[in-house]
Amino acid sequence: MSSTILLTIIMLSALGLLASVILYFVAQKFKITEDPRIDIVTEALPGVNCGGCGFSGCRALAEALVKSTSMEGLNCPVGGAETMNSVAVILERQAVAVEPKVAVVRCNGTPENCTRTSFYDGAVSCRVAHALYGGTTGCQYGCLSCGDCVAACKFDAMYMDPVTQLPVIIDEKCVSCGACVKACPRNIIELRKRNKKDRKIYVSCVNKDKGGPARRACQVACIGCGKCVKVCPYDAITMVDNLAFIDSFKCKLCRKCAPECPTGSILEINFPVKEQKPAEPAAAETN
Amino acid sequence: MLKTFPKGGIHPPENKLTADKPIEVLPLPAQVTVPVAQHIGAPATPVVEKGASVKTGQLIAQAKGFVSANIHSPVSGKVNKIEPVIDTTGYKQMACVIDVEGDEWVETVDRSTGLVKEITMTREQIIERCQQCGLVGLGGATFPTHIKLTVPAGKKCDLLIINGVECEPFLTSDHRLMLEKGAEVLTGASIIMKALGVDRAVVGIEANKPDAIAHLTELAKDFKAITIQPLKVKYPQGGEKQLIKSCTGREVPSGGLPLDVGVVVQNVGTAFAVYEAVQKNKPLIERVVTVTGRSVSKPGNFLVRIGTPVTRLIEATGGMPDDTGKVVNGGPMMGKALSMTDVPVTKGTSGIILFPEEGSRRAEVLPCIRCGKCSTACAMGLEPWLISALSEKGMFEKAEQEKITDCMECGACAYTCPAKRPLLDYIRLGKTTVIRMARERITK
Repeated sequence: MSSTILLTIIMLSALGLLASVILYFVAQKFKITEDPRIDIVTEALPGVNCGGCGFSGCRALAEALVKSTSMEGLNCPVGGAETMNSVAVILERQAVAVEPKVAVVRCNGTPENCTRTSFYDGAVSCRVAHALYGGTTGCQYGCLSCGDCVAACKFDAMYMDPVTQLPVIIDEKCVSCGACVKACPRNIIELRKRNKKDRKIYVSCVNKDKGGPARRACQVACIGCGKCVKVCPYDAITMVDNLAFIDSFKCKLCRKCAPECPTGSILEINFPVKEQKPAEPAAAETN
Repeated sequence: MLKTFPKGGIHPPENKLTADKPIEVLPLPAQVTVPVAQHIGAPATPVVEKGASVKTGQLIAQAKGFVSANIHSPVSGKVNKIEPVIDTTGYKQMACVIDVEGDEWVETVDRSTGLVKEITMTREQIIERCQQCGLVGLGGATFPTHIKLTVPAGKKCDLLIINGVECEPFLTSDHRLMLEKGAEVLTGASIIMKALGVDRAVVGIEANKPDAIAHLTELAKDFKAITIQPLKVKYPQGGEKQLIKSCTGREVPSGGLPLDVGVVVQNVGTAFAVYEAVQKNKPLIERVVTVTGRSVSKPGNFLVRIGTPVTRLIEATGGMPDDTGKVVNGGPMMGKALSMTDVPVTKGTSGIILFPEEGSRRAEVLPCIRCGKCSTACAMGLEPWLISALSEKGMFEKAEQEKITDCMECGACAYTCPAKRPLLDYIRLGKTTVIRMARERITK
C-alpha cells in the first residue's frame, strides 16, 4: 500500500521535473524581449482605446511611439498636450505641439430651414439611409438625422436635438477622436481647430449644388456666391464645387465673413452677442 | 406536378389587379427628363447640346466604356437643359431635359406594325444592333444586353431561358406583353438564340398566368425550338438563378453567372425590345409600366416613353388617391419607395405602386428570436439574420465569408420576419460595402 503511494509521488515528481526542463528550453527558444517602456507609455495614455490616434488602441500607439525616433505625427487627441508631454518625458524626446481640435457639425438643416419632403421608414441608421436614397429633404448632402455619429461617440459628447433633428456636440466633452467623422456617411462632421472660449466660425453647410437648387432645398445653404472669399483678409476661405470652406487653421476669427453671407450659412458660435470686434482679435494661438 | 426551385421561397398575395387591362399608350408629356445613367455600368456621355433639336430615336448620350448603354431621345423637340436632376433614387444625376414638340421620328426607324419573322442579320450584326439601340435588361437589373449576348471565349451556352415569370405581386407588364405581343416576343427570343448560337429556348411562365401560357403555347407551334414551361407559383422564381433551377435543374455556383451552367436568361420585355431593335431598328425609348394599387381608381398597364414624369403616370390612373402613404418604384418586394413623384420613368421602371397610408409604414422592430424563418425563406440558402447582423455591426469581412454577395435582395427574409426586423436594409448596406471592398482589393 505504502509502496503504491511512494511510486505515485516519484512518478509525478519525475514527470513534473521533465516538463519543467522542456518548458525552460521552449521558453528560451521563443523568448520575446519587449521594450519595458511600452508598458510605461501605455500606462501614461488615457486607455480608452478610441482609435482617435489612428491606431487600433492605446497599446498600439505606445508601441509606435517607442519604436519611432521622433514624435512627429503621433498624437493622442484625447490626452492632448499634457499626456504627450508626459510621454515625451518617459521617452526622453521632444514633444511635438499639436493644435487641439474639436468636432463641428456642418449642417443646419433643421425642419424649419430645410423642408421635409418625405418620411424615412427604414432601418434607423445613417449608413443604410444614405445607401438607399437622397434623404428626407430636398438636400442630398445634409444630415440624415439617424444618429450614427451619436452612437459612435464613446465620450458622451454628442446628442440628438429632437427639435432641430441635428446632432449637437458638447465642446467640453469632445476629445476630437474623430469617431463621429468616420461614422458620418455624408462627411458632415469635421475636426476643426479649438479656439479660445470654444469660439467658432464655420460654413454650416456641405451642399455642393449651384445656388438655385441649393437654396430651394434649404434656406441656410451655402449658395457659392463667393462674397466671403472676397472679404476674408487671411485667405482662409476657399470655394470648391459651389461650397465655401473656412480653413480653421488660417482663420483669425475676425468675423468679417459672417455678416456678408446672404443665406446665413456661416455661423459664429460663442462670440459676444454685440456686433463689434472681439477684445482679442488674434485669438489664434491657444496652446 | 409543376416545376419550381426547391430551396426557400414565399407566397405573398398576388394582387394582380391589372392582369386584364390591355396596354394603353400614354400620351406624350410636355417635357421629358432622360437620365444618362439608366443601366448598370458607366453613365453615358451626352452628345447633344442645350438648345439642340432632337428627333424621336436620336442618340443623345453615347455609351462610355464597355459596360454602358446608349441613350436615345424618347421624344422630338428641343433640349431645354442638361443638368443634374433628382432621379428615382433621390440622388441627383446628369439628365437631358427635353421640351416635347410634335412626334417626329428618325427616318431609319421602321414604324410599321407588321410582324417580321425572318431573321436576316448575322450574329455580330444582332449584337452590334443591340448595342447601338441602347438595349438593357428590362427585368429590373438593367444590365446592358449586348454584353449578355456576347458569349466569352471558353464558355459554352446551350440554352436560352426567356423570363416570363413576373413573380412580383401587383406587376403585370410582362404578362400583358406576352398576351399582346406574343409573336414578337417569340421572334425576339429566336433572334437572341441566333446571337448566342443556341438551338433551344424555354419560356418560363408561372401558372397564375394561364392565358399567357395558352397563348404562347399556341404561338410556339410556329417556333420549333421554343418550348413553353409552366411553373409553380412561388416568389422569387423570377430570380435568374431560381428560374434556371426551376427550368433545368442546373445550379449556378455561388458567385458564378448563368453562363457557368451554359444558360442565358432574358426577360420577355428584353426579348420584345430585341425584336424591335433588330427587325425595326427602333432604339429603346419606351417600355410597359404597370401603375396600380388597391385604392387607385383606374389601374392599368401603360406604354410609356422613357423620361415621362411618374406624376403623369399617376394622373393617367385617375390621380393619386387621398389615402396614399407610399409610392413604390418597381414591385412591392424589391422596389424602392420614392421620396418624390416628380421623377422620370427610366429603362428599369417596371411598375409604380401606390400603397394606402394604412399598412404602408413598417411595424415596430423587435429583437430577433432566432426562429429561423428567414433562413427557410431564403432562396439562395443564406442566413439572412446572420449576414444582416454582421453588416449592422460593421463586420463586413465576416459577412463576405457568409456569402452576402450571393443575396439578390428579393426581400423574402424581411417579409417573413415575425419581429419585423429590417433585414434587407442592412444586407443591402453590407452588400454594397463588400462589393466596394472587393473592388478596392483588386485595384490595390
